[in-house]
Parts: sequence; C-alpha cells; structure tokens
Amino acid sequence: MELFNSILTVAFLTQVFRLMTPYYLGASAANFSERGGVINIAIEGFMILSAFSFAMFNILTHNIPLAIFLALIINVVFALLYSVFTVKLKINQIVTGVGFNILIAGLTKFLMMIIFHSSSNTERFEGIPDNELIGKIPLVGAILSDYIVLFALILIFLSNFILFKTTFGLRLRSVGENPEAAESLGIKVRRYKVYGILISGFLAALGGIWLASEQKSFSDGMIAGRGYIALAAMIIGKWKPVNIFFASLIFAFFEALQISIQISGVPIPSQLIQMLPYLITILVLIGLIGKTKPPAADGVPY
Amino acid sequence: MKKNFLLYVILPICVLSLAFNGCAKKDNTDTSSNKSSTIKAGLVFDIGGRGDKSFNDAAYNGLERAKKELGIEFEVIDPGDGADRESALRKLAVKKDISIIFGVGFIFTDDITKMAKEFPDKKFACVDFSVDEKNPMPANLQALEFKEEEGSFLVGYLAALTTKTNKVGFLGGMESALIKKFETGYKQGVKFGKPDCEIYSAYVSVNPDGFKNPGKGKEICLSQFDKGADIIYHASGLSGLGLFEAAREKKKLGIGVDLDQYKEAPGFVLTSMVKMVDEAVFDAIKDLKNNTFIGGVKTLGLKDKGVDYVYDANNKSLIPDDVHKKIEDVRAKIMSGEIKVADK
Repeated sequence: MELFNSILTVAFLTQVFRLMTPYYLGASAANFSERGGVINIAIEGFMILSAFSFAMFNILTHNIPLAIFLALIINVVFALLYSVFTVKLKINQIVTGVGFNILIAGLTKFLMMIIFHSSSNTERFEGIPDNELIGKIPLVGAILSDYIVLFALILIFLSNFILFKTTFGLRLRSVGENPEAAESLGIKVRRYKVYGILISGFLAALGGIWLASEQKSFSDGMIAGRGYIALAAMIIGKWKPVNIFFASLIFAFFEALQISIQISGVPIPSQLIQMLPYLITILVLIGLIGKTKPPAADGVPY
Repeated sequence: MKKNFLLYVILPICVLSLAFNGCAKKDNTDTSSNKSSTIKAGLVFDIGGRGDKSFNDAAYNGLERAKKELGIEFEVIDPGDGADRESALRKLAVKKDISIIFGVGFIFTDDITKMAKEFPDKKFACVDFSVDEKNPMPANLQALEFKEEEGSFLVGYLAALTTKTNKVGFLGGMESALIKKFETGYKQGVKFGKPDCEIYSAYVSVNPDGFKNPGKGKEICLSQFDKGADIIYHASGLSGLGLFEAAREKKKLGIGVDLDQYKEAPGFVLTSMVKMVDEAVFDAIKDLKNNTFIGGVKTLGLKDKGVDYVYDANNKSLIPDDVHKKIEDVRAKIMSGEIKVADK
C-alpha cells in the first residue's frame, strides 16, 4: 500500500518523464533513420559523443547555448560520416554501427585523458537552466520546465506530422519501403536516406546533451546502454512516433517502479521488475503483441 | 569494390578504436634514477581508471608517496572497459625490473591468483581481493582487505545523530558481497544511534555497470529525498556523482566513500567514509623494501587506520562538537571490541 502511495505522486510522474526523455529522443532518432531504410544502431555512440562534446565545450567556453550548438554540429558531422559509410559506400549497416559505437566510446575516453587528465570523468559544469515561468505552473510545471523534456513531448506530434503529413515524410518513407519505386518517381533516394540519418544524429545528440546537463559532468559509460533501450522502444513502438512514445514511457515507468520498490522495501526482487520491459520487447518481437513490420527496405543498401 | 571498402574503411576503424581504447597506458618511470637496487612496482587500475577521484586515485597516491619517500619507481596500466586484465598483469609481470604488481579491485581476484602462481618469484598484492577458503592463495600474493563495515558503522551513527526527518538512505552500486558490507555496517550504525530511524536502500544495478551510471544514481537519490530522507550514504563509485547532484538540487546531505568527496558538492557533503587504499599500497611496498612482505590476507580496520571518516575544517560546521565526541566514543568502543560490527 505504501508502495502504491509513492507511485501516485507528482514526484514519481516527473521521474517517469525524466527517465523517458533520453529513451524517446534516442528511439525517435533511430526511427527517422530506419524510415529512410538505414538501420542505425549507433544511437548509443551518438549520445556518448554529444554528451562529451557538450561537456567539453561547456567547460571550455562557459557558454551553454554555444556548447549545445557545437555538440549538435559535431553529432551531425558524425551522422554525415555514418551516411557516407552506409549510403555512399554501402557498407553493412550493423557493422558500421558497431564500429561507430566502439570508436566513439574509445575516442571520448582518449580525449578526456588528454583534455581533462582523467580516464573516467570531467570536472563539474553548469547545466541547462529550467524555464522558471513554466516551472510555476502547478503539477505539470516540474515536468515541462525542462526545455529538452518539453521538446521531447512536442516531438511526438512534430515527428508524426513530418513523417505522415508532409511531402518530405512521404518521400522518406517511400525510400525506406521501396527505393526502386521511389526512384522511378524521380525521388533522389540516397539524398533522402542521408536526410534521415542527419535528423537521427541531431535527435540522438539532444538525448546525450540532456543526460550530461542533468549530471552536470561527463563520465565514462554514463549513457549506460540507453541508446540500445531506445532501439527496443522503437521496435515495440512499431516505427510509429506516438507508439514509440508510449513504449519509451513503459520502459521509464518500470525503471521508476523498480526504484520505488527497492526503496519501499517490498520483498519483490527488483531484478524481476527490471526484466519486464525486456520481456515485453521479446513478446513484441515474436509477434505475440500485434504484428511488427519494419520498413520493407530497412537495412538494404541502395 | 565492397571487399576493398571493408578492408580499407572498416578495418582501420576497428584498429583505430582498439588503439584508442588501449592507449590509456602511461609510463611513469623516472629514467634518471635508474639504479639497479631500486624497487619497481607495477599497478593495474580497476573500472573507472585513473582520475576517478576515488578508489583508483587513492591507489595511485600510494604509489606516488612510495616514490617520494622510499625512492621506488612505478609503472601503471589503465586497461579500460572489458579489457583483458590478465594480459595487463602479465605485461607487468614479465618485466625483469618490476618486483611487485598491484591489482586494484575485487574484479582482479581470479586473474591475479593465476598470475601469482605463474610468476612465483614476483610479489603480488590485490586491493579488495575476495578471499575464497576453498581456493588457497599462493604465498607470494597479499590480499588487502578493509573492514568497510566498521567505517560505515561510524558514518551511519553520524547520520542517525544528524538526521532531522528520522529517515536516511543508502545507494549501492552493484549488488554484491563487497557493497553489502558497506550497507550492513551503515544500517547497524544508524540503528545504534536511533533504533526507530527508517533506512531506505537501493542498488543501481546487479552488474558492474552499476558503478558508472550517475544518471540512475541521481534518480534513486531523488526518490529517497522525496520520501523524506535527508542524508544518503553511497558506495557506488561514479554513480555516486548522481547522489551529490541530487543533494545539491534538494539541499540535502550526502556521505562520500573511499576518498574525501567534499569537493563534489561543498556544503552538501556531511562526511566521507575513507578507505586508506593509498596506505595499504604504500605499506605493501615498504614491507617489500624491508624484506617483511608476507603473503596472505591483510585486513585493515579502524584499529589499523585502514578505514575512517572525515572530520576536518570543511565539514566541522555540519558536525557539532558533542556529536563528534559521541562518534569518537563509539570508535574507541569498536576498536576495543566492545561493539562488534557484523559484515553480513
């Protein structure tokens, strides 16, 4: 009962939304890439990269907007590099993704050693301040006053609109479903694939920046697999923005629940709760919860 | 075409990334004093590596001190994630001039036992070695153990005397026997101070990555603060950075671990349970120099100054004199054996 009471609080809900943000940004990032037919498992790497570059520029310049801007630029450049490998050179997308993840994990650690003389963490910096005006709104203020969380919530509608209501979205989707047909209609297939990957890099960067800003420092391994959970959320969400949001919310809810259960001392093994979202992922994958169908030409180089 | 690109693009990426991951090695040998009689020590870092402001840095400080006071030389390897610890140890063991090799962290237990058997004429020492009675240790291996439960008891007692809400918290990294020692010691200390005090306890993960997930650490601490706790003690490595962020945000108190962590959040750190890893490393080298190095388990408790809590100019304002006196009394009682702290 005590556990039940602790779940029905604003603090708990706020926590769920905070935990959801990096998952949803990562999952949306992966979705834009996959809608264009390019698998992007380098979300984890992109998040590490942006978290690190945000931390680095923030410490060096003490200018938060500039640090955000530069971190986004760096991530988009890396996304461009990813598209050179996967779209132009047609290298296996999984291999490239794994390569990027390992490369970025090592590269950031290496740079951290050179710049901050520590192989594990940077010094502390100031995070992105909350919007005080929104913060005054009762109940939801605590959630919405964080700019990136707010953006993530707007993104639900924005990405739905872009993918399903605009010419750009239609073309991106057609490239991911049937590139031959798209090209016969005069769509520049490769160019759209690159656009998808660039948006992917941009959105993943926001997730990484948010995590670094919350922690107010960068430490090695701090993304802690959130990029991979984001991929699972995308699959559960069946490549649809609104569903992906709810999938991310499920992951976040169970994570918050698991924390609450541990603290309340209820004798339920926390591992069991931690397992639930992954169990759901597997059930979705084997087709027990509706049919999942990725974009038809997903992962096929063109 | 495709094959060529695999060869020219992917392969260099893989090689480069491995190189980046592995190149954290740093050679600190001082070539100027290259006398054959000087002792040379080798050390391999734990997860987190050099610069973690905690455990690994403490071990490094021990080496630095030995260099200054005993005139030794040393070499360290920072193996990084998932790297092969055994080969790092071997790399140091095969060097002729290195006579003692340290492994920092319980994760080295199996690898260092194997190496000690393979190189019987070299000395080995492992911080936080997890002793297994069924598996006898070789004579050239020293296990450096700490009575974390005793230090944790003291900070738990302090937390109980300081809390205003009658609720305190604990944040653990990886759910493991080692971290449970911190937790049980802490809980006993809290109950000793205030039997009715509530203790919230939570772990980041069941895997070693629980030591490096500050994001989740922060969420756990925010939840505990929201439930009314006003002091949280952590034993979670880098994840503990999350505790200090949460403490700053909620204007509550955190208790650091391993090293004095006051600097992480000045004004919000009540104290730290310090583990004298530097002392242990230094002593092992000193013993070697005086030819008194013996293998086996070496356990350092409050009595041996192996564990302690921080009380200095920084946190004096948070700990009133009468509270400080009470803690010192309890310390004396633990040292004399009047209070027994269980480790399980």
